[in-house]
Amino acid sequence: MDGEIKYALKQVAFYALIFTFAAWIAIPLIVSMLYAFAVPSEYYDPSKVIPLKFTPRHVEILLITLGALDAIKNSIFVALLTIAISFALGIPAGYAIAKFIFPGKDSIKLLIVALRMFPIPVMAIPLVVLYIRLHLIDTLIGVALAHTAMALPFVILITSSIFAGVSKEYEEAALIFGLTRFGAFLKITLPLALPGLAAAAMFTFVISWNEVFVASVLTLYNRTLPAHVLLIIAGASGGAAPDYYKFAAAFIMTLPAILFILVARKYLITMWGITLK
Amino acid sequence: MVKVRLENLKKYFVDRGKIKRAVDGINLTINDGEFLVLLGPSGCGKTTTLRCIAGLWKPTDGRIYFDERDVTYLPPKDRNVSMVFQSYAVWPHMKVYENIAFPLEVKKYPKEEIDEKVKWAAELLQIDALLDRYPSQLSGGQRQRVAVARAIVVEPEVLLMDEPLSNLDARLRVMMRAEIKKLQERLKVTTIYVTHDQVEAMTMGDRIAVMNEGKLLQVASPSDVYLKPKLLFVASFIGAPEINLLEATVKEHGSTLVLEGEGFEFPLTEEFTSLLRGYVDKSVIVGVRPEHLMVEGISDVSRVKNKAQIKGVVDFVEALGTDTIVHANVGGKIVKVKIPGAADVPIGREIKIIVDLDRLHVFDKRTERAIV
Amino acid sequence: MKEKPELLPYFLILPAFAYMMFFVGYPLMQALILAFTKEGVFSLYNIQRTFNDYYFRDALKFTLALAAVIVPTQVVLALILSLAMSKMFKGRDLVLYTIVIPLTISDVAAGLIWYSMLSSHGFLNKLLISIGVIDRPIYFFGYQFRHMEFLAIFLTEIWRATAIVFVIIFAGLQMISSEYLEAAEVFGAGYWTRLRRIVFPLLKPSIQSALIIRTLFAMQVFGVVWILAGRDIPVLAGEGFYQLTEIKDYGVASIYTLVIAGISILLAALYIKFFKAEYLEVE
Repeated sequence: MDGEIKYALKQVAFYALIFTFAAWIAIPLIVSMLYAFAVPSEYYDPSKVIPLKFTPRHVEILLITLGALDAIKNSIFVALLTIAISFALGIPAGYAIAKFIFPGKDSIKLLIVALRMFPIPVMAIPLVVLYIRLHLIDTLIGVALAHTAMALPFVILITSSIFAGVSKEYEEAALIFGLTRFGAFLKITLPLALPGLAAAAMFTFVISWNEVFVASVLTLYNRTLPAHVLLIIAGASGGAAPDYYKFAAAFIMTLPAILFILVARKYLITMWGITLK
Repeated sequence: MVKVRLENLKKYFVDRGKIKRAVDGINLTINDGEFLVLLGPSGCGKTTTLRCIAGLWKPTDGRIYFDERDVTYLPPKDRNVSMVFQSYAVWPHMKVYENIAFPLEVKKYPKEEIDEKVKWAAELLQIDALLDRYPSQLSGGQRQRVAVARAIVVEPEVLLMDEPLSNLDARLRVMMRAEIKKLQERLKVTTIYVTHDQVEAMTMGDRIAVMNEGKLLQVASPSDVYLKPKLLFVASFIGAPEINLLEATVKEHGSTLVLEGEGFEFPLTEEFTSLLRGYVDKSVIVGVRPEHLMVEGISDVSRVKNKAQIKGVVDFVEALGTDTIVHANVGGKIVKVKIPGAADVPIGREIKIIVDLDRLHVFDKRTERAIV
Repeated sequence: MKEKPELLPYFLILPAFAYMMFFVGYPLMQALILAFTKEGVFSLYNIQRTFNDYYFRDALKFTLALAAVIVPTQVVLALILSLAMSKMFKGRDLVLYTIVIPLTISDVAAGLIWYSMLSSHGFLNKLLISIGVIDRPIYFFGYQFRHMEFLAIFLTEIWRATAIVFVIIFAGLQMISSEYLEAAEVFGAGYWTRLRRIVFPLLKPSIQSALIIRTLFAMQVFGVVWILAGRDIPVLAGEGFYQLTEIKDYGVASIYTLVIAGISILLAALYIKFFKAEYLEVE
């Protein structure tokens, strides 16, 4: 009987641990979302722990008056461009690493891993000087190019592992049946790799969407969302914006991320595991 | 060195709402110091049984006894068992010495004793020169020896082995079979060995327990399992090439009984006749092993006392060097005949197959039990 | 028989490689130039100015202090979580996805979210007041509450970035063959012994990986601090940002970032040395 009680207690403790941590993650998300839509009187009322009256005004004002909508459009543009360029450069490289054996392969892989660890701020500041000269400063293309540099190592690593997962024999069969190497890639490998690549694209989107330092440094008027938010809400001691705008900003910044998680759940964990090895 | 007794052992798994009866009521006694082989196809429950004996899994029902001790729900550490895993499970981050020493360290043996025992086990398995290496530096065969050394170093009461040879190449496998058996005879530890390879079972086991679909079909010595299979499954699982199985009906021809089938007619010996009295006009399955068939004109049939003849057309010949296996078409079915040595039998030739009637196995068609 | 080395893979890699070399090599060189020149001539003027700036010392102090407190906490938490999540239980998938959500949330967003938790009208204060634990709000923000700002940053980073460490360690844990643990169990090792002698040693490479990555990111901490504390708690990346965007001093800004890079390399080298796993190194 004593053993059974001990076992039951252990189970309770275990589930309590798990539940607590899950709640710890979930509660701030829920709270910030509720507060983002709370009527100001509810928010400032100390007795109302959870607001009961809601309004979309904060989000509206943020988007329209405070320019967040434009910033969102900019962010989307930058993210899509980043995906396009990093995939154009990264997929061939990922394919090469996955399917070929060649001298220097290990060093190249090591280099890619090392590049991923390169501190972004170091890249950002000199880039400002360069961009000024190239008239890329304060352009979305400029930001996308910088984001591509950040994302490229990830893309190469992820795509190489995705392509490695496509069995060599499928391609060899295609070659025997008359396709060129490139044709085999287009007709066989790519379609099979599509789900993984889609997840990688979403992942790259999130990286670009969330990036704040480089975007803030490189832009003035054409700001991405994080850069814009930083500008209008900078610092708790400096920012004069009323609290609910902060929460509204949090909401619109995290919405795509939450959606992404929902859609690409299964891939997310494996992908992060792969790239962060 | 204990006697292991399984009493109505059951282990059920629930998978997506369906019950899988992995082990379905096994009663088995393994004698002290015996080398018992659990033999059966994949999924028959032999590994599950082994894991229940080890204590890794708790049975759904039934009991397990070591001598008089009820160990059914005891964790492995309280059972004094050892196990050799199929993948060896030799820990990669520990040197060979540390791997072998681990069971002793866990049981808190004093340092000098650990050192003594590790060296003793390593010498027995001829890996004493490798003690300072890491598993990644060893070959598969060497790693397997480490796993065995680690298992015997605590001198367990029961030694469990889960298909330890299946990952080795053929040559190593043959060599290790003999070594393991010799080791066990020397240590006299009660050993339960799981395998799907009937050659391993036949060469190593003191007794073989044949399992299928969670049930124990027959427990007997290798020769008994071979010569006196009680069930159709056992007869066809043991022996390579597989036993020939033909459908027949028992017919009365005067005072004798005859087995009639497509393309053959076997008169029954006196012994068989008395046993098959109750099956007149009923269907049975006749089994005869390829090695108990001969080809007239090639084989020496002089020593067969009771014989019958069937005609067949050669369909395919496997020349193995040591033997030749002739596939003959008898009444639409393929019958295999094993001839010692090399023989020249052209395809398409009609041959006369001599059947040794004393070596027939007759099975009840419905229950698949052996009548003879 | 001609044996021509296949050149195709190199051509496939070349564009990406060149791109990266440019976007890494050029900034690195340029940063060095910006840091070490004044009006086109080699000079240590920028270095002197930076190191004498009291914000620099504070930034260095706080960046390291935050990392020193946050990273080990996250590693321990991630280990506990990974072990817990390695058991099968009802709702495991749901919990897994929840734990991993913060991976997709930017540091700025995380800062804003925690502001909603910790501000004087935030969730925590209102909750505590309404159940009577306190009668005035706890102030987390404002210069005079710098120590509370530090705590706020700590909480936010734990919330946001533990998942990064978790994912690596969890993946490493999954890769440990269950037979290794079963063998240990059969040979008499209890749960804690198995953890100590089998799991942790085999987890070393993952822990090393996680530490390197997390520490490197920690050296670059910016968004969370900027949102929750502004310059009350200077950090290296923040000061670099400030120098660039407000003061427009490229030289000093570069130095800040180079310091980040330098410390990162140093710490990475230390981790690699300290977490060497011998069994992975042998032939």
